[in-house]
Amino acid sequence: MTEFSPFSATLGGILIGISVVLLMFSIGRVAGMTGIVAGIIPPLPEDWKWRASFLAGAVIAPILYVAISGQTVDLTVPVSHGALVAGGLLVGVGVTFGSGCTSGHGVCGIARLSKRSIVATGVFMISTFVTVFLVRHVLSF
Amino acid sequence: MRIIVVFAIGIIFGLGITISGMINPAKVLNFFDIAGSWDPSLLFVMFAAMFTAMAGYKLVFLRKRPLFDTKFRLPEAKTIDRRLIGGSALFGVGWGIAGFCPGGAVPALGTGRTEAIVFFAALVIGIIFARTLQNFIFRPATT
Repeated sequence: MTEFSPFSATLGGILIGISVVLLMFSIGRVAGMTGIVAGIIPPLPEDWKWRASFLAGAVIAPILYVAISGQTVDLTVPVSHGALVAGGLLVGVGVTFGSGCTSGHGVCGIARLSKRSIVATGVFMISTFVTVFLVRHVLSF
Repeated sequence: MRIIVVFAIGIIFGLGITISGMINPAKVLNFFDIAGSWDPSLLFVMFAAMFTAMAGYKLVFLRKRPLFDTKFRLPEAKTIDRRLIGGSALFGVGWGIAGFCPGGAVPALGTGRTEAIVFFAALVIGIIFARTLQNFIFRPATT
């Protein structure tokens, strides 16, 4: 069980949105995590440095959060290591072919009303709903 | 300067993921489990992020160029093809199996948890594998 947290969810969402806007304002780039991660995997594009810098900031964030707020970060992984590997491989292949993920298509793309992003987001949301239903209620893992 | 600013923007992104609870695969998966332990939080995160981005982009695009570059670099692909749809469908299957997406997994690395590292390693291998497929089997990527 996790508790429905509309306040922190909205606050966190606004922060993600602000980050997305600031990245466009400062360097004119879309804050899609797929493209940013892919951009630090060799062969490196010439502009890999800002991506590495963004990633470093994102990785340090939960450490800062714990240090500043004194609270712990809830992180429960209700699946096996095998599922993480299989899921990770599928996500990697899927976001490469689909040219984006939740941040790139779901937030940045929809915010610019990109038709491709609206379609992609609809497809991966439905696909995730179906997968979770099958895994939890049909296959009953 | 540019690098430090982007580093700070990355921190804001990671804080958003952390505070919203989207760093937590259990919470993400519960959103997709309407028939079970449903937690609607993800919807609030996505809409809040989306509307903030939409309003902010409107203001940003009033400018001719970003602060540290000569132009905005937006994705140019326009066509909705099988690659976009198939890739997105596959992404959903993986997300549903693991509970991590790239945006959630990167900040999760900062917690030092083995699960996040395992997922991230598999994600990178998946990206490399798909790139190789695109380069050798299909025509060069157009996106």
